[in-house]
Amino acid sequence: MLKIIDLHASVEDKAILKGINLEINAGEVHAIMGPNGSGKSTLASVIAGKEDYEVTQGDILFEEESINELAPEERAHKGVFLSFQYPTEIPGVSVTNFMKTAINETRKARGLGDMPANEMLKMIREKSEMLEIDRKFLSRSLNEGFSGGEKKRNEIFQLAMLEPKLAILDETDSGLDIDALRIVASGVNKLRSDENAVIIITHYQRLLDHIVPDFVHVMFEGRIVKSGGKELAHELEEKGYDWIKDEVNA
Amino acid sequence: MTKYTEDDLREELKTKEYEYGFFTDIESDTFEPGLNEDVVRAISLKKEEPEWMTEWRLEAFRAWEKMIEPEWANVTYEKPDFQAISYYSAPNTKPKYDSLDEVDPQLLETFKKLGISMDEQKMLAGVAMDVVIDSVSVATTFKKSLDEKGIIFCSISEAIQKHPELVKKYIGTVVPRTDNFYAALNSAVFSDGSFCYIPKGVRCPMELSTYFRINQGGTGQFERTLLIADEDSYVSYLEGCTAPSRDENQMHAAVVELIAMDGAEIKYSTVQNWYPGNAEGKGGVFNFVTKRGICEKNAKISWTQVETGSAVTWKYPSCILKGDNSVGEFYSIAVTNNHQQADTGTKMIHLGKNTRSTIISKGISAGKSQNSYRGLVQIGPRAENARNFSECDSLLMGNDCGAHTFPYIEVKNKSAIIEHEATTSKIGEDQIFYCNQRGIDTEKAIALIVNGFSKEVLNKLPMEFAVEAQKLLEISLEGSVG
Repeated sequence: MLKIIDLHASVEDKAILKGINLEINAGEVHAIMGPNGSGKSTLASVIAGKEDYEVTQGDILFEEESINELAPEERAHKGVFLSFQYPTEIPGVSVTNFMKTAINETRKARGLGDMPANEMLKMIREKSEMLEIDRKFLSRSLNEGFSGGEKKRNEIFQLAMLEPKLAILDETDSGLDIDALRIVASGVNKLRSDENAVIIITHYQRLLDHIVPDFVHVMFEGRIVKSGGKELAHELEEKGYDWIKDEVNA
Repeated sequence: MTKYTEDDLREELKTKEYEYGFFTDIESDTFEPGLNEDVVRAISLKKEEPEWMTEWRLEAFRAWEKMIEPEWANVTYEKPDFQAISYYSAPNTKPKYDSLDEVDPQLLETFKKLGISMDEQKMLAGVAMDVVIDSVSVATTFKKSLDEKGIIFCSISEAIQKHPELVKKYIGTVVPRTDNFYAALNSAVFSDGSFCYIPKGVRCPMELSTYFRINQGGTGQFERTLLIADEDSYVSYLEGCTAPSRDENQMHAAVVELIAMDGAEIKYSTVQNWYPGNAEGKGGVFNFVTKRGICEKNAKISWTQVETGSAVTWKYPSCILKGDNSVGEFYSIAVTNNHQQADTGTKMIHLGKNTRSTIISKGISAGKSQNSYRGLVQIGPRAENARNFSECDSLLMGNDCGAHTFPYIEVKNKSAIIEHEATTSKIGEDQIFYCNQRGIDTEKAIALIVNGFSKEVLNKLPMEFAVEAQKLLEISLEGSVG
């Protein structure tokens, strides 16, 4: 589904990604771990198409087509979703209105008409119940005055509504208490299928206890320096990142 | 489209011609440019006005001659040559029509382009139209159902003929002829406008709606609106404006007077979409408007405006809260793009006890425009327990525009409580990217963010106007963020 080939990216001439190679197939969950500043969030933003980053080398293929030159919304229309580490506030725009706009714009790009209101309502009801979201929450302005946990839960609600092919969760676990973590994780698990894939970016093992990855990758200084199965995450939790750094530097 | 460059933006603006920029060639009866006592007399004569009205105009003219154009507003423009303007222009096809079939087909075509075809309007339940093209009213509908309630809704010219006692009693009582330069000019030369009277205890069953429109090249338009809500009555009045595109600046100096007697309520909503000039700042309407209402005991006046048009706007819909327990409200969205300049706000004059006022102003600036809020909250010495809440929010798009806030507060009574809140924000790249990532393109994202920002005010508009206003906001800001 996603194939990243020798990807280099920089921001303001500062190289952040220095040759990423990664292949993700439908049905898989990949975890990307690594110390602060290793380029994890940059990778997420570059896949989503944030214009601040310049791809200087390499390619990103989504379903065998390069998406390097596509605008962020076009990537979204193809089924790329990014759950933001720091979701932005949009005052005066309700969660429902925002979702309605996002869904209908995506449908329009795919040549479909607006989603009928009753269908949308049904979907909102189902997904909000699944994520244990209070209905009142949906009428509030997007992310305005939301607690850290509410913001993250709202991101996963949007993920559930948009049903993307590839979901990138950028530190979704930060700011979540144990109960919220469990709800979010069970939501993501329910959305998993043979048709879609998930990238989980995290510092910690704890989210991976709930959403069990098929592969774990460790990033360091803009490269993936180690890959393995779920047990690699446990090893990192135990030993920290220093041994990885030592391995790389050796 | 990978990114939105300066060139894309320029291209976008080039293709974004003013939606209503057309010119209908209707045979007109237009005065030679210039202004003197004879011209004032001629206007009055043309309109077959009684002697007192002619005198009233002449006194205004004499006062205007001694006045100078104000310069305190935060706008710069080349002052109009008042001797180069024609002060009267009326469609020649008289008299008035009983049915649409009799109306000049070209005129109907104009309405169609405006999207207010009379047929459609007639069918739109609950909206009565009094259409002013250039200066003379040409069609009034729904008259009958208004008549049954004793509501008078007609052109001001007609009111001068048929209801002189009402006009004579109230005209100039809220906005005196000598109030300011433009009000004096309007008083001398007003061509037409609307008159409305709601009798005691009557709730007007429909939204009253007037479309004003400047048509003939080189003619100024000087509407005069007088709206009287008698005791315990209620009326909601809609005013929507569009003007065709012209190269020279067109002057517009209107006066609106509202009178809300004991227990009456007036809701006055405006959508203003006059030609703002082209992307280089050439052309566009000069909009110098004096709007003011007076509230007697327990009365309420609510102004709501969506201002997206005009090259220069100078406008402060105000409330004089004379009666005890009276309420004034001002809800405003002012959008400026390209080279537009707006200096707009309100005055809330608290004279009576327990008077309350609310001001919500949303300014949106883009391009190279300048957008100023200017507001006065004045609490008189006898206004015990007066209360005001003001909120002024500015939203900036790009790096070349300006937002300014000039709040004036004068309190002469210690029991007053006044609150003022102000924010300035910029549409962030993070917000745009967030929307993009959810599949919403940049244009739509801006529209969404702007509508969210303006929501408190949009919610105050009557339903059919709110939809139109939202569209206008989107059109006005298209291509404004790179």
